[in-house]
Amino acid sequence: MHCVIVGTLMELRICHLYPDLLNLYGDRGNLMALSARARWRGIEVRVDERGLHDAVPSGGHDLYFLGGGEDRQQRLAAQDLRESKGAALRDAAGRGAVVLAVCGGYQLLGRYYRPAEGEDLLGVGLLDLTTEHPGPAAQRLIGNIVIRSALLGGATLVGFENHGGRTRLGPSARPLGVVLSGYGNNGEDRTEGAVSGHVYGTYLHGPLLPKNPVLTDHLIGAALRSRDPEMVLAPLPDRVETAAHNAALARAHGLYPSKASGTGVHR
Amino acid sequence: MPGRVAQAIEPGVVRRLARRLSAGVVIVTGTNGKTTTSRLISHVVQAAGLTPVHNRAGANLATGIAAALVQHSTAQGRLRGDLGVFEVDEATLPVVSGPLAPRSIVLTNLFRDQLDRYGEIDIVAGRWQRALSGAAGATAVIFNADDPLVADVGTGYGGPRVAFGIADVSCGIGVVEHAADARYCYRCGSRYVYDAVFFGHMGLYRCDGCGWRRPEPAVVATDVRMLGIEGTEFTLQTPAGTQRVRTPLPGVYNIHNVLAASAACLRLNVPFETITRQIGTFTPAFGRAEAVRLNGHQAVVLLAKNPAGFNEVLRTVLREPGDRVVMIAINDLTADGRDISWLWDVDFEMLAPGAAPIVVSGLRAEDMALRLRYAGIDEARVTTVPSIAAGLDAAAMAAGPARRLFVLPTYTAMLELRRVLQKRGLVRRFWEQ
Repeated sequence: MHCVIVGTLMELRICHLYPDLLNLYGDRGNLMALSARARWRGIEVRVDERGLHDAVPSGGHDLYFLGGGEDRQQRLAAQDLRESKGAALRDAAGRGAVVLAVCGGYQLLGRYYRPAEGEDLLGVGLLDLTTEHPGPAAQRLIGNIVIRSALLGGATLVGFENHGGRTRLGPSARPLGVVLSGYGNNGEDRTEGAVSGHVYGTYLHGPLLPKNPVLTDHLIGAALRSRDPEMVLAPLPDRVETAAHNAALARAHGLYPSKASGTGVHR
Repeated sequence: MPGRVAQAIEPGVVRRLARRLSAGVVIVTGTNGKTTTSRLISHVVQAAGLTPVHNRAGANLATGIAAALVQHSTAQGRLRGDLGVFEVDEATLPVVSGPLAPRSIVLTNLFRDQLDRYGEIDIVAGRWQRALSGAAGATAVIFNADDPLVADVGTGYGGPRVAFGIADVSCGIGVVEHAADARYCYRCGSRYVYDAVFFGHMGLYRCDGCGWRRPEPAVVATDVRMLGIEGTEFTLQTPAGTQRVRTPLPGVYNIHNVLAASAACLRLNVPFETITRQIGTFTPAFGRAEAVRLNGHQAVVLLAKNPAGFNEVLRTVLREPGDRVVMIAINDLTADGRDISWLWDVDFEMLAPGAAPIVVSGLRAEDMALRLRYAGIDEARVTTVPSIAAGLDAAAMAAGPARRLFVLPTYTAMLELRRVLQKRGLVRRFWEQ
């Protein structure tokens, strides 16, 4: 494939926060998608993993990623995030670098998370939202989910959600999308995820990025443009991605994709 | 649905029927290995003169156990059998352990598959802990020392307990895989230090933070020799004796199953010689490395249902010499786990070297194809055939006479595969196994 690269910037610098603690639900697939789709365009990729107590220098990365974790791991990460990474993340948001957080990480970007048991976890406050778990007896919000994102020109995003916490957005965060099928932030107001500048949070895993290449490219482009405003990404052949996206759409609507698409063989 | 009917008519039916099993009840629970371990226990105790009552593979919720008890009862309520061997879904243990009043509970392992059903892995462990704290002191807990989470539950039990485990660092894969679930001590939060990792988070571990370490197992495998798809040879050490054994079950995970069954049978006072003899004659169940004839050549079916298990299956397949075709069939029904994001925690990158054709199939065939693309596997090697019957045909055709076919299905994909093969007269009917 011939790649047309406009601009001169040739490296995407990714900071993967808490790869050990927050790595539920195939989260590493998000890193694979970001890395592969940049490399396929001839862009170098560097992924730095930063765990508990590791310092994160301000200005060193174009994209920061936080995955999901169970309550215990999330509690360990929450305090460390505020103490040793909060400044770098606030700096990133200020200069237009991308911050992407999924599930447990998403909750930590908000103001606080009130778990089913135990004390509140204070977030870093990059997104104007709060999350509360309605108690151990409450139903978890679990299942396939489809949202429509105005931010991405009305594109659908597909994934799987599995969370106990209910998230409510404040006035300065807008949702990533509106729920077409599934629960979303709280199962009530049809919002899903949150966006503020280039800080993105969502409950969608599955993982999020491989099956939603429109979002992946949006994030890669935004991350690179934080240093090179002229950067334009060349398109990629997305036949396999699109097939998986469409199969997930059908599955979320209770269809069996194999029946929907017949028994045809496709390469 | 005889089980559900009987439960509705008489809620105490499980309790009353179970009490009529003169040799008592053994429960096997955990994420992986339930079917193999309970079938192996049945195979051994039969040679010791007992008649086991078994629930059908997969029927491991409360209704499935009630159904098994009812089906094995005469109209007068007498049971045709004297020992209950029940595989129990990990979340069902708290529901059935009271009514069944088991002699032993076998805890195999805990992996984080099916989180969509159970919430989080810590929650399942917590439920086990509470279920065991309510168990009678007469119940023995037989547990896997190599799984830190299971060992934590097992050692916390106040009644009789038997730990089993592997004591051979050469079984190790060296590093903690991405698929490992329990990397941090459940007591103090420090990172576990491993002298050997067998697969996933199974291994010889300790915590330098609080001093918690793997309990010393009483039933042990040493001097392990892996024979690929042909099985495994090892020395079985128990308080009742030591003997070299060979099992036709492949993979490190099956060593744990053999150890678990051996410990359970010793607890039932089965002679050690009977146990070691029966280990060698136990044949795998469908989907557990059973070879089937397909259009004149051999296909091997290996159930793969979560990241650590899938990695172990991939390693087993890749150790086999010769050319191969791999068929991967992924479903996302409730019994598989509806969330297929775990595919991204499996190291499919292992398949990237070489040129073996790969057929992806099942309800989430397209997700699997996508996973392979990001594993760096050449698209020309991958064929997507969502229908499992058509996928099997495509894979068999690609295999031809010269290549071996390995089929790696999730649970319900395996059931469908078996139905397809039954229709063609290639496998025995489900309930005859």
